[in-house]
Amino acid sequence: MSLHPDYIGKYKYKWHNVPYMRLSGLEPLIVTPEMNFINVGERTNVTGSRKFLRLIKEEQFDEALAIAREQVEGGAQVIDINMDEGMIDGVESMTKFLNLVAAEPDIARVPIMVDSSKWEIIEAGLKCVQGKCVVNSISLKGGEQEFIQQAKKIKRYGAATIVMAFDEVGQADSYERRIEIVERSYSILTSDKVNFPSQDIIFDLNVFPVATGIEEHKLNAIDFFQATRWVRENLPGAHVSGGVSNVSFSFRGNNPVREAMHSAFLFHAINEGMDMGIVNPSMLEVYDDIPKDLLERVEDVLLNRREDATERLLDFAETVKGTAKEKVVDTAWREQPVEKRLEHALVKGITDFIDNDVEEARQMHDKPLHVIEGPLMDGMNVVGDLFGAGKMFLPQVVKSARVMKKAVAYLLPFLEDEKEEGDSAGKILLATVKGDVHDIGKNIVGVVLGCNGYEIIDIGVMVPADKILAAAKEHNVDMIGLSGLITPSLDEMVTVAKEMEKAGMTIPLLIGGATTSKIHTAVKIEEHYQRGQTVYVLDASRSVTVASKLLSDDKSSFIEETKNEYARMRDHHKNRRAKKEMLTLSEAQKNRQPIQWKSEDIKKPNFIGIKLYDNIPLAELREYIDWTPFFQTWDLHGKYPAILKDEVVGEEACKLLEDANSMLDKIISENWIQNKAVIGIWPANAIEDDIELYTDESRSEVLGKFHMLRQQIKKSEKAFNHSLADYIAPKESGLEDYLGGFAVTAGIGIEPYIEQFEKDHDDYNSIMLKALADRFAEAFTEFMHEKVRKEIWGYADQEEFSNDELIKESYKGIRPAPGYPACPDHLEKPTLFKLLNAEKLTGISLTESMAMYPAASVSGWYFAHPESKYFGIGKIEKDQIKNYAKRKNESVETIEKWLGPNLNY
Amino acid sequence: MNKPHIKDVLKEKILVLDGAMGSLIQTYKLEEEDFRGERFKTHSHPLKGNNDLLALVRPDILKEIHALYLEAGADILETNTFSGTTIAQADYALEEAVYDINFHSAKIAKEVADEFTLKNPNKPRYVAGSIGPTNRTLSISPDVNDPGYRAVTWDEVVLAYKGQTIALIDGGVDVLLVETVFDTLNAKACLFAIDEVFDEKGVNLPIMVSGTITDASGRTLSGQTADAFVTSVSHIDLLSVGLNCALGANMMKPYLEVISKNTDFSVSAHPNAGLPNEFGEYDETPEDMTAQIKEFLDGNLINIIGGCCGTTPDHIKAISDLAAEYKPRKIS
Repeated sequence: MSLHPDYIGKYKYKWHNVPYMRLSGLEPLIVTPEMNFINVGERTNVTGSRKFLRLIKEEQFDEALAIAREQVEGGAQVIDINMDEGMIDGVESMTKFLNLVAAEPDIARVPIMVDSSKWEIIEAGLKCVQGKCVVNSISLKGGEQEFIQQAKKIKRYGAATIVMAFDEVGQADSYERRIEIVERSYSILTSDKVNFPSQDIIFDLNVFPVATGIEEHKLNAIDFFQATRWVRENLPGAHVSGGVSNVSFSFRGNNPVREAMHSAFLFHAINEGMDMGIVNPSMLEVYDDIPKDLLERVEDVLLNRREDATERLLDFAETVKGTAKEKVVDTAWREQPVEKRLEHALVKGITDFIDNDVEEARQMHDKPLHVIEGPLMDGMNVVGDLFGAGKMFLPQVVKSARVMKKAVAYLLPFLEDEKEEGDSAGKILLATVKGDVHDIGKNIVGVVLGCNGYEIIDIGVMVPADKILAAAKEHNVDMIGLSGLITPSLDEMVTVAKEMEKAGMTIPLLIGGATTSKIHTAVKIEEHYQRGQTVYVLDASRSVTVASKLLSDDKSSFIEETKNEYARMRDHHKNRRAKKEMLTLSEAQKNRQPIQWKSEDIKKPNFIGIKLYDNIPLAELREYIDWTPFFQTWDLHGKYPAILKDEVVGEEACKLLEDANSMLDKIISENWIQNKAVIGIWPANAIEDDIELYTDESRSEVLGKFHMLRQQIKKSEKAFNHSLADYIAPKESGLEDYLGGFAVTAGIGIEPYIEQFEKDHDDYNSIMLKALADRFAEAFTEFMHEKVRKEIWGYADQEEFSNDELIKESYKGIRPAPGYPACPDHLEKPTLFKLLNAEKLTGISLTESMAMYPAASVSGWYFAHPESKYFGIGKIEKDQIKNYAKRKNESVETIEKWLGPNLNY
Repeated sequence: MNKPHIKDVLKEKILVLDGAMGSLIQTYKLEEEDFRGERFKTHSHPLKGNNDLLALVRPDILKEIHALYLEAGADILETNTFSGTTIAQADYALEEAVYDINFHSAKIAKEVADEFTLKNPNKPRYVAGSIGPTNRTLSISPDVNDPGYRAVTWDEVVLAYKGQTIALIDGGVDVLLVETVFDTLNAKACLFAIDEVFDEKGVNLPIMVSGTITDASGRTLSGQTADAFVTSVSHIDLLSVGLNCALGANMMKPYLEVISKNTDFSVSAHPNAGLPNEFGEYDETPEDMTAQIKEFLDGNLINIIGGCCGTTPDHIKAISDLAAEYKPRKIS
């Protein structure tokens, strides 16, 4: 039945010749008749939510965004945003909040309803949203001219609009007034004056409270229902909306009654054709679940069926006072059998119940080992399958591993009682080679392999070859995996390969780590270890495939394939190398970048000497963090922040960032790690390819010397053979120039926390902390470089860059590091450290491979000349090596060893 | 020049848009002094690479390239004004030259187009004023640590686009082409500006809008799906909506299908000649490209077809020959 005397039955959509209303956020929302009802979230409204108002006032935008996110997750198809409050600047808050929403794909995917009674706030909102929004609202209240003007603007902005049943006289409060105003509004909007698409018009027919005790309010609901029907039957394409919670205004504090009223109101309004509404889903009872006696009384009021309807509902209300429904946490999985629970915990990374569940499983199995081999491995297989299919990502897998480790740790005492040999997929020894302290990647590989059933013997960092071999024999491992991040590690890996050959070993050798590559493995390592196979492993996820192939029955074909591939690469490499044309050192020196040395390009530093900076507040450094490499650490590839929206890894990246940020909060508030930096600025001049430093401005006494290399590959016309020495004024120019240096660490005090995590079998957080310390070291370096540019040296005191521009290195001057492409020689580090007194002042030490410890450290030079830029030395010839060795007073062999990757012979 | 309205021609046939301008300009191996010419001899900033400037300093080059594309069979020329806004030209401190760039680019293209139309009135040629996305985004913060920050405001973008639109119309373009939309909010500001200019000048030109799906996720840089993008720009009566750049033809097809299904406007596509290789070159041959474009045409997805980065007159010739064999996509 219809509540409108002129119509029959439930409203049926009849405007099939009118296009559907189309709205959009990041995704489209097409309002078809089949959708029945569009539910608009209302919690991001300062007039309706005290909490949201407080958050906006206190500028706690993260939490304010969380409210928006919760609504979308809770099923809101559009979110209403309102900033109308006397104490806040509506235009500014609307702009700020919508700009923030734009950066949150899980919120921005739905269309926005820009809600304000002030036109300038509506316009400010429309200027921030790329999708097709809804304006809430305009009306004839301020006259026809203003109405037309605003509607035209809305059309030009590309939005739909809510039109209030309000005119110059006032708000429509009867059926007749509602019809009068909407009919007039509709005909103006669809006339030639505006040409507003009729499907983009939504009428708000004013939901007023009922059961207020005031006689005139009795018809409030029924008038609304009837007017709704009239609009839908008579105005082609137009929609009807309303703020539902108004209707129960007089029952504030009595949620059971309010919820019942909302549901009953919606039920009837939708029946008459209302197809959009602002609703709080948590304040809504299921219509069929409303107790019959309550429903009868509520409907008596809404439909004005009895004279005493209000009194009866009020009386009844006294008896049903209660609290609103509580939010339900999904605990259904706890009801499942223990195997399923373990699987769920492993897949979702939940450690909360693991001990109890494992205990329960232990009691069901004959032996504790069977729990591992049975339900736990089954669960990890599910994880492995999901990971393999790209449905889980590394950070999740590491969390799964944490659960697994906890489970195994629980079983360990029982296992030891049993003393039985485990049946693992294979035993793998992992080590970071001598001289290298980097282990994040190695740990990730260990976790991933461990998840896949391999037994991992991890013998840590800075492990010399003899120890690696000894451990391999002692544990009788099936293969050895070597990791390293700095370039000298490449040579150390060659050493390990040679030693394995000498020792007569035959087990496979896996090579991985940031500087390693397939080509290096093929050309430099594989040939030295003939008895066993050497395989390059690109990343953690690849390690499982490689390990399983090397241990499978079919291993010989995999080994043959690898051998052939590497042989092809070696051939190719030889041919390619032959093609490169090289210059002699003196030819290369002649083709240096011709810099016109002018005294105005050189700024005399505000400070000369060395200076220590320590304990810069981490909160300040946090601003300087470049997140992109952080995600790379976790095998999530993509640029930040775009990666957060990535179709495949976006969700995981968001979670990872969330975890990172919460650890950052802790690191900062509990002051987990300390930082130190020493910088130096010295008078300097270049002599050929060396840079000479002086004790003071008299430049009479030499303090030290840096030796630079020069590119030797023949360049095309107008390109130069660069050397860092070219960026310092040559002595013969007579100009007084300067060079800076720095050593920065952010890893002081990290060990106890790492130890604690490792004791808790929590690789996830251990890796996380190390990765964050690395980020802090880089951020601190960026921070110090800026300080040097702007204050300490002061050559760029005018610059003003955003963090993004800093990451892109838009600034003037460079900060190259010894051991990296522009100066690949790590042996310059001791000189730098000596001049900076870095070891003493900062506590950073150099290993025998010239890696810095703590690992979260950075060192390098500051070049200030505007022409200075980053480049790579590339391949160099023997003539330069000889010359360089002589300048450094080292043997040619030593230099060749350190510059191995750069030798073109 | 008397010629039929482009809307009427579109009912009859698939129209062919020209190919890349930049790739051909590169073949002239221009140097700093070429870009400066007489007018900018003493300009404060380096100008090499500011291709839009050629309308003022080397109109001969633009004329040659336009003629090559028309000979290859293109029906629509794009003006050389992709970066012709005060926002984009600010990089070169050439905000004051923006009107001239657009006005003269339009004039040059129109002159060549008219010449060809005169020669063969049965194949009328049109000029589309190319309007690029600018180098600032309204939906995305350039500062990773401050997602609420914006480097530019809506009002600034509208103002910049109004300037470009007025000059293009003054220069005589037949169509406005809002292209390479990677942030829909920029495009909306552009449409807002165009609509205001139309009102103020009392004119009404057909508008084409072409978005860019930046990667295999099927979204624009600002995160919208293809259908959300179409929904967000359809409040203005467009001549066509479609896609260009970023992807090669083979990856574009699924998104063109979505667009075709969700719009009553004409559908356009001007893909790159594949994806750039590791040297930044595009290596799809005309044959590679037409093989893929044939799939668009077989799928009845296209009303306007052309080429973006890396395409040459040879590509356009092949595309034009192929398109001539097909009927345009039917619009309901």
